[in-house]
Amino acid sequence: MKSLAELEAIRQKMASNVSMRKDDHATRVVIGMATCGIAAGARPVMSAFIEEIGKRNLEHVSVVQTGCIGVCRLEPIVEIVNPDGEKVTYVKMTPEKARQVVAEHLVNGRPINEYTIGAAE
Amino acid sequence: MEISLHILDIMHNSIVAGAALVELTVIEDTKKDILSFTIKDNGKGMSKEMVEAVYSPFTTGRTTRKVGLGIPLLKQAAEAADGSIKITSELGVGTELFAQFTHSHIDRQPLGDMAGTMHQLITAFEDIDFLYRHSINGKEFLVDTREIKNILGGVSLKENEVSLWLLNYLTEGEAEISD
Ligand SMILES: Nc1ncnc2c1ncn2[C@@H]1O[C@H](COP(=O)(O)OP(=O)(O)OP(=O)(O)O)[C@@H](O)[C@H]1O
Ligand SMILES: [Mg+2]
Repeated sequence: MKSLAELEAIRQKMASNVSMRKDDHATRVVIGMATCGIAAGARPVMSAFIEEIGKRNLEHVSVVQTGCIGVCRLEPIVEIVNPDGEKVTYVKMTPEKARQVVAEHLVNGRPINEYTIGAAE
Repeated sequence: MEISLHILDIMHNSIVAGAALVELTVIEDTKKDILSFTIKDNGKGMSKEMVEAVYSPFTTGRTTRKVGLGIPLLKQAAEAADGSIKITSELGVGTELFAQFTHSHIDRQPLGDMAGTMHQLITAFEDIDFLYRHSINGKEFLVDTREIKNILGGVSLKENEVSLWLLNYLTEGEAEISD
């Protein structure tokens, strides 16, 4: 069972790691989370990213929510922005695809082309 | 549509209204056959006229002002399940919205993913505090972000490890009151 005591332990660990962190060089996972019906589909995708990134302890990756990214029929949409600003847009995401993107794109550095907006159009 | 999405929308109203604290209480009582929620904020509040207007945006003649769909859609959903909504507000003080549904009504929307909803709001709006309570037949789960932020010191809720902890904490807390 998760507890507040566990949160305290996480904080202590993070406080001692502060000097090692370089967030401004982070890769960002940007998830479109509109406050409309679309949020229903985006939420499990976001949960999958948080779980997978947390489990693998990918410290150079941060998860960011944004409003509606735009193309509703392709939602849920996730953009992965690398430290150079290069962007890959994944569309019609599912939790399963999210886990694959973490393993292939974020860990191995190989974007999954068949899930990107280029393949969908 | 799920009730949790209405909740997201109504809490978003509170955030837009500049609230520093948003309190959400969800009560499920199967004996009384009620599912209700209350969202209370300390945002800028609404005038009496405004409160009356927000229930019924479909009445025309109000071309001078754009009125949204968040509240009317919730009202419709509550009434479809033999329920109702009530808004009380005071300018400069805040707003309280109460919604009630008949728990067993065939047209009552499912509550949906409350853990995900609260996680989304808490991590997206770190400057705002949330007090969340959910009780099912007397068993209560409570999360107060003031307490969490106190423990965290300056560490952000957006940190992967913290965010994952919060998601699990919410998911497990919801599961615990559900059985
Ligand atoms: N908690 C609140 N505090 C202050 N004003 C509010 C609050 N909730 C609603 N309002 C006012 O009532 C209006 C209508 O709210 P409603 O949620 O129905 O639509 P909206 O937020 O304008 O648009 P939508 O939800 O469709 O995006 C808001 O624009 C706002 O002016
Ligand atoms: Mg609204």
